[in-house]
Amino acid sequence: MNELVFFINNVIVAGSVSGSIYAIGAIGVTLVFSIMRFAHFAHADMMTFGAFMVLLLTMAFPGVGGVVGLPTPVVMLPLAIVLTALLAVGIDKAFYKPLRAHGVKPIVMVIGSLGVTLMLQGLIRLFSGTSAQNLYLAGERKEIYRLEVPFELATRPITITEPQIILFILTIVSVVGLHLFLNRTRLGKAMRAMSDNPDLARSSGINTNHIVAVTWVIAGGLAAIAGTLLSLDVTFKPDLSFFLLLPIFAAAIVGGVGHPYGAIAGGFVVGFAETLAVFNWSVLLRPFRDSLPEWLAQAGNLAFVGTEYKIVVPFFILVAILVWRPTGLFKGKVI
Amino acid sequence: MPSIIDVRHVHKAFGGLKVINDCSIQVEKGSITGLIGPNGAGKSTLFNIMAGALPLDSGQVLLDGEDITNRPANELFHKGLLRTFQIAHEFSHMTALENLMMVPPRQAGENLFDAWLKPGLVRREEAAVRRRALEVVDFIGLHHVRNELAGNLSGGQKKLLELGRTMMTDARVVLLDEIAAGVNRTLLGDLVSNIERLNREMGYTFLVIEHDMEMIARLCDPVIVLAQGSVMVEGSIEEIQNNPQVIEAYFGSNAA
Repeated sequence: MNELVFFINNVIVAGSVSGSIYAIGAIGVTLVFSIMRFAHFAHADMMTFGAFMVLLLTMAFPGVGGVVGLPTPVVMLPLAIVLTALLAVGIDKAFYKPLRAHGVKPIVMVIGSLGVTLMLQGLIRLFSGTSAQNLYLAGERKEIYRLEVPFELATRPITITEPQIILFILTIVSVVGLHLFLNRTRLGKAMRAMSDNPDLARSSGINTNHIVAVTWVIAGGLAAIAGTLLSLDVTFKPDLSFFLLLPIFAAAIVGGVGHPYGAIAGGFVVGFAETLAVFNWSVLLRPFRDSLPEWLAQAGNLAFVGTEYKIVVPFFILVAILVWRPTGLFKGKVI
Repeated sequence: MPSIIDVRHVHKAFGGLKVINDCSIQVEKGSITGLIGPNGAGKSTLFNIMAGALPLDSGQVLLDGEDITNRPANELFHKGLLRTFQIAHEFSHMTALENLMMVPPRQAGENLFDAWLKPGLVRREEAAVRRRALEVVDFIGLHHVRNELAGNLSGGQKKLLELGRTMMTDARVVLLDEIAAGVNRTLLGDLVSNIERLNREMGYTFLVIEHDMEMIARLCDPVIVLAQGSVMVEGSIEEIQNNPQVIEAYFGSNAA
């Protein structure tokens, strides 16, 4: 029974955490692609930026969260969302809009976004330093909930932390909100229209510049949520994006680029694939040790890949999807 | 008669190729004006310039006296200048009805805050738009396919949808770019009578690019002939058909 609890903690909970973060990130990548038709490489750095804003705000107003009974970084998150959304719109105005106005090919935009990646990383590093930092400051600590399993054989509890619970709640809220926005509001429908046919959208009186700005606001806001909750779950690092970029793009491609629901599915596929691949399966075999052949019973580590090679998992998924189903699980391109 | 569209000395070149060369045309308010010319005469380029889809090199475009040179298409839409596309465009992932419902401008739901703060207003407007869209699908004879995805409609039905889109809002001028191309004869008859009805009953002004001379003859007066990027002649269809210059431009110098 303890083995099952171990499995729940290390696969179900951990996979849902990674999956949620990848899903929220991939939605942003996929929305930007469906509206502007380029792969926005700086997206993972917008996530870092969002987390960094939370760090700065938490340093500026330590202990504010105590008033409402939430961790201070979570209380600062809405402000960081606004700041990151502004950053996204500002980056677009400064770097991508002039390129669009010249009608450049998408690859030029992609290379431009690589430049923005390097610039953002440098900027964050300049102010934050290079070391990892905990977002819990001034005596606040991460709340850990231990759920006792109501079985006699289970002595260990299922553990889940406060930021993980907040992450799950915010993921559900974001996904439902996005769904309602795209299908119920005229602005959301205009966004779908523009991703389908931008010329016709303009000729139908849709202000496409406005839609582009809204897309950046949504992508930036979601990036701030994902970046902050990842930093809360582990720690804040200026090079967070290195470990996010590949899984997020893998998630977007797995789901079918340009397809937000696909991005959500893709995020969870990549997240669970990662945790399942690094999970030590020998733990689950332990109860059946007596009836197993010796070589299997003796094996101490039965993970598919070592934890340190976790990053190869999304890479493998990416290659596999591109070979066997290049359009993704859902047919992409249009919201 | 006052002109609703006034194109003044427009030039447009793509690299070294001068496509529009000192072109000036006027479209009278309330008219159905034809725009014809051999392939490569610059008709569609001129359309794209008027509709704000293409920047011009020099010159001026006026809509009812107002300078609209190089204004974006979505702004012109709100001023009542609408266009259809030579190759039918549609939002392929929405139904025919939803395609029409995308059109009407300036609704509360377009503003992000109104959508949340004034749901009652948004719902009433949405209902009004739906009513209008249903009227329009009846008018253009697409009632039976209104819930089909627009991407699955036939070429001719997509052209009708293009015309329907111009009826969703109160247009002043509609630029029709080869609306008849690829449409079968029966549908074409409907299309022509619909255009005449819109012109008569709703006061739309039309500027029509067309290769189908029968349709031009039935619909348009006057007709402007474009050749090599500028106006060659302008007049009634009879004058045009008997003009030796036009015959030469269309059939080459040996034909005359």
